[in-house]
Amino acid sequence: MNYRGPQRVRIDEKPEPKILHPEDAIVRVTRSCICGSDLHLYNGNVPDTRVGTTFGHEFIGEVIEIGSEVQKLKVGDMVIVPFNIACGKCHFCKQGLFGNCHESNSQATAVGAIFGYSHTAGGYDGGQAEYVRVPYADVGPTVIPEGMDPDDAVLLTDVVPTAYQAAEMGGIQKGDTVVIFGAGPIGIMAARCCWLFGAGRVIVIDKIEYRLEFVRNYANCEAYNYEEMDDPVVFIKKTTDWMGADVVIDAVGAEATGNLMQTITGRKLLLQAGSATAAHWAVNSVKKGGIVSIVGVYGPTDNLFPLGNVLNKGLTIRANQAAVKRHLPRLIEHVQNGILNPKALITHRVPLEDVADAYHIFSEKLDNCIKPVLIPPTAR
Amino acid sequence: MENKTPKDYSHIKGWGIDADPKNDPTYPMKHRTDAEHEGYSWDRPTQQPIDVEVLHSIERPNVTAVFGTSVPPSGLSGMIRRFAFKHSENSYLHWLPLLMADRVNVVEGVIEDLGKGSVPNIFAEKGWKADWEHNRTGLIQKVGILALVTTAAVVLLTRKKD
Repeated sequence: MNYRGPQRVRIDEKPEPKILHPEDAIVRVTRSCICGSDLHLYNGNVPDTRVGTTFGHEFIGEVIEIGSEVQKLKVGDMVIVPFNIACGKCHFCKQGLFGNCHESNSQATAVGAIFGYSHTAGGYDGGQAEYVRVPYADVGPTVIPEGMDPDDAVLLTDVVPTAYQAAEMGGIQKGDTVVIFGAGPIGIMAARCCWLFGAGRVIVIDKIEYRLEFVRNYANCEAYNYEEMDDPVVFIKKTTDWMGADVVIDAVGAEATGNLMQTITGRKLLLQAGSATAAHWAVNSVKKGGIVSIVGVYGPTDNLFPLGNVLNKGLTIRANQAAVKRHLPRLIEHVQNGILNPKALITHRVPLEDVADAYHIFSEKLDNCIKPVLIPPTAR
Repeated sequence: MENKTPKDYSHIKGWGIDADPKNDPTYPMKHRTDAEHEGYSWDRPTQQPIDVEVLHSIERPNVTAVFGTSVPPSGLSGMIRRFAFKHSENSYLHWLPLLMADRVNVVEGVIEDLGKGSVPNIFAEKGWKADWEHNRTGLIQKVGILALVTTAAVVLLTRKKD
């Protein structure tokens, strides 16, 4: 996959990746998803997204080569590759903050490195390809347990850990009401995960009817279309006895719709780092003293955001890129025990060669698309 | 489908199994060891050989132990990116030039394609084949509007001045 400019991608031949560091591995990709956050790149909203870059941070595959210092992996292992590139040695990795590694991204200090996610996230080619270089191979990659469906495994690279961490960062206590903005793959999975933390009520807000219907069935939650409301914040206040939700999760990020000013300034004119509509609604619909958990991705500059209300309501805001490695043992257990069923989210299995169509379908939400997965020719 | 609030949760597999009343808002930064006061105190991984140009944030003293080697800076966009990296992540002089470089880079990409004797198939790259399959009306509308705007522009530009 080769990025050529906003909303333009194609398949091109590139040299096969090489071992560049003794802790590297080369992985032959067998599944690679398109993430909602890839659409920020696709739409040209992330600074330092260079023409010729290969996207893709959600992938699994087979280890075909290892560097001289790799000890835990061996050639032939099938691995889940977390989307973050983490050294495992720096202060942040030692804290379990694998999304904030300080030894993998030269270009920015505010974000750790992410496969195929612009030079702002390290300048690594991603997994929407046949082969990919995986640094720090002993730290991130995790061998896929025997018997695990590859479609489940590929969603453990990002979707499930991000959604789970969204719920975890919400500090949900038993009986809490949780509102989730966004019924994309992360929002859907977050709705499911909130129950694991003992939520008493889970409400998802979006405008795409097929996704609302999906999340109602998949996560046993309430789901409402904000286009049918005068004001989503008033709706949430009303449905929570005029108090607000205990926890609100922003699972949308920079591509949010629903507020014309945010859309124009954040998505069309790029005057802010994406449209902050969901974060705005989250702050205003959470209870005083409540927690806002942000996993929706925004750009590195500024956003229009009701900071005064954060102060006046005494809110706690928790946000981060998911520390995938930290969550994997528990989440693998949940998948193996049938508690979580990630693969149900996959609606489209597309040959890698049709990547441009897959991006367009996902971006425009055509054909009831929820989650597309790309399958390279070497894996078919 | 009707929205329902569950009265009990027995039908929700795994309800409450990860509930943690001790989950406090500072998690997982609670395992402080005071090592953070010592700066770069950790045993750094082996340095990847720096044999391509790697721009690094001026908010750090060095290139990270590993780094991506995809698409090193080049051409006019590369010059703009080098300028951007003279400014910190705290400055618009970092981010706005990078966005500008991205746009310049798109033009460079087209020129590169043409230089190789290949005209980029913009419609294929935009995935419009998928529109034809799943959103034919939308595609026809899009093409219609494009044709209308182009015609209007041509008429305006070729109109004789009175």
